Amino acid sequence: MRYLHIEQARLIDPSQNIDTVTDLYVAEGRIKAIGRKPESGVVEESIDGRGQWLIPGLIDLGGHLAEPGFAQKGAIASETYAACSSGFTHVCALPDTKPVVDNSAIVQQILEKAQQARFAHVLPLGALTPDLAGEQISSMAALQEAGCVALSNARRPFKNSYVLRRVLEYAATYDILVFLAPDDVSLSASGSMHEGPVATRMGIPGIPRTAETIALAQMLLLIEQTGVRAHISQISCARSLVMLRQAREAGMSITADTPLANLIYTDESVTGYNSLYKVFPPLRTEVDRQALLAAVNAGELAISSNHRPHDVAGKKTTFIDAEPGMSMFDGFLPLAMQLVDKGELTEEAFISAVSTVPAEVLGMEHGLKEGSLFNAALIDPAQERCFRRSHLLSQGRNSPVAGMTLKGAASAVFVDGRRVI
Amino acid sequence: MIINPCNVQLTADGRLKHFLTTEGLSKALLTEILDTADSFISTQEREIKKVPLLRGKTVVNLFFENSTRTRSTFELAAKRLSADILNLDIARSATSKGETLMDTLWNLEAMYSDVFVVRHADSGAAHFIAEQVTPNVAIINAGDGRHAHPTQAMLDMLTIRRHKGSIEGKVVAVVGDILHSRVARSQIHALNTLGAAEVRVIGPRTLLPRDIGGLGCKVFYKLEDGLKDCDVVIMLRLQKERMQDALLPSGSEFYKRYGLTVDKLKLAKPDAIVMHPGPINRGVEIESTVADGAQSVILNQVSYGIAVRMAVMAMAMSGQQQERNERAQAQGEL
Repeated sequence: MRYLHIEQARLIDPSQNIDTVTDLYVAEGRIKAIGRKPESGVVEESIDGRGQWLIPGLIDLGGHLAEPGFAQKGAIASETYAACSSGFTHVCALPDTKPVVDNSAIVQQILEKAQQARFAHVLPLGALTPDLAGEQISSMAALQEAGCVALSNARRPFKNSYVLRRVLEYAATYDILVFLAPDDVSLSASGSMHEGPVATRMGIPGIPRTAETIALAQMLLLIEQTGVRAHISQISCARSLVMLRQAREAGMSITADTPLANLIYTDESVTGYNSLYKVFPPLRTEVDRQALLAAVNAGELAISSNHRPHDVAGKKTTFIDAEPGMSMFDGFLPLAMQLVDKGELTEEAFISAVSTVPAEVLGMEHGLKEGSLFNAALIDPAQERCFRRSHLLSQGRNSPVAGMTLKGAASAVFVDGRRVI
Repeated sequence: MIINPCNVQLTADGRLKHFLTTEGLSKALLTEILDTADSFISTQEREIKKVPLLRGKTVVNLFFENSTRTRSTFELAAKRLSADILNLDIARSATSKGETLMDTLWNLEAMYSDVFVVRHADSGAAHFIAEQVTPNVAIINAGDGRHAHPTQAMLDMLTIRRHKGSIEGKVVAVVGDILHSRVARSQIHALNTLGAAEVRVIGPRTLLPRDIGGLGCKVFYKLEDGLKDCDVVIMLRLQKERMQDALLPSGSEFYKRYGLTVDKLKLAKPDAIVMHPGPINRGVEIESTVADGAQSVILNQVSYGIAVRMAVMAMAMSGQQQERNERAQAQGEL
């Protein structure tokens, strides 16, 4: 047998409470040995891991890959390549493509494109309602059979509580996992940013926190009633965390994630009408940001990318007219590493929030142990990278790191043992 | 990370090159605008009203949102500065054909214009255009969404100064739909910078934006409380749509609570002046007797509007000219 040998890297895997400098041997896509040389076979390739972290590959619980339907903004190949460059090995693709992921043919098409691209695994999220219209129940079981890991309505609303109730009941029938992003559009639809002093000063119609918390209350009550397996996507408010905690104390097993952008920026970033920082859920205040960081550090919250690539035209217009979203994949790792560097996130909490917790949400086997498929990232925390605008891997022209030089890079990324970076 | 939105409108040495907002401008600069406008008022009274300050320059009225009154005063102001003027009603042409804002701008730049007077329904539109256009084009904000209407605010400042002697030490109340008002926001910044003793906003909670007090004003929910001892009362226009948006029960209910009547005006100082950016809704915001009464200066505001618009166009053009000269000089040195 011929081995890939990763030498003396700091192996960190929160799922097994491991943090140790060791050797790791990979063959046939799987980890064959940790800490000791396999008895037979030869080392074909050796990577010096000294000073680097070897961690389970990052799993994104929600990103937009722009395909099918938005060829001017991105493609599965370009976006998963960008994701891999930040250490992602798995990306959950949101269903609000064109056409919407509401039938097995589209799921098939996405999986085939991802296979051809040969970068990160794409885990399709199917639509909970046909065309995401929020009115009827989609062919959930068929979507699941076609390969959807969970179903979601992206940020589109359900027509009313009745539809949501029936959608959740039906999903519970087949033990389908649902991802719900809380947003009461009657409160959020006219807004473009967080409602607060900055929005008032700029004259931008705001999105109050209650747009999230009211929808979250409705969702939590119906999740409890229907007993569906549910994950709450894209939390942005401190108050939502309190509500999630209360739900857990009442015995519900509910998970949640927050977009990385909401851990880094606040509504102050929007000052000067910078449309790059127009994202949904909106960037909120420092109080919210601190609460979200604390929840990640406490292991209560996963971090998602909420990656959403746009072409120049999508952002180069007035703030209100600009499309929401940030191209996050290129800069995801160094931006998160900055939080670790500043002490806002612990190393362990960060790694757990992007690998262990998402794997638990999806019920995936995902750890660095002997016999497992080798999905991992070798990260050099000290390596500096310059993100030249013309060298970004995502097609999106709306990356917050464009033109910056940042520390922390994936020096090697493996998907099922195959080196992609 | 935080960019001061006001820096875009100034040259390196702090002179006006665009006029986007009153926020962040110095007292000296705002006073310079008022002084310049004052000097234009006297030229308006002459038989020959034109001055040659913008001769050979092209001013484009770029209105993405309809407004006959503001557009006419800008047109008149540009003509009295001897500029050529082009009126573009984008609301009814380009963008409805699917052309993006950037496409429209590039087309207009190709026509070698010198000043864009911009009105747009989106807050920040004038700011965006100022950042995107080629150098040498001065942007004058003629109203962007709920954000700013700085020439209206400055003509209001001029009105106060001419009728009350100065803005310093004055108590000024702004009444009505503050939530949707770009005028109110621009007034609050200008009044504070120019030394008003107190700026008050008065309206029901549905028409007051969150945390408006943070802009430097005191919030009142009852007209009677807010009018007490005011030197200046500024009434805002109430759009009819507000009733449909579940912000107000009815026009008559609003008038009963927030309409300025002869009796309520008595709560202000006896020599208080009454202002309104127009067009007024008689019997909704203001009683006719008050609008046409001795304390009303509403019509004076209109004539000062032309002088203020002449002033900011002339000042911004001169700021642009100065930058152009500096650029030429820098290139020469290379």
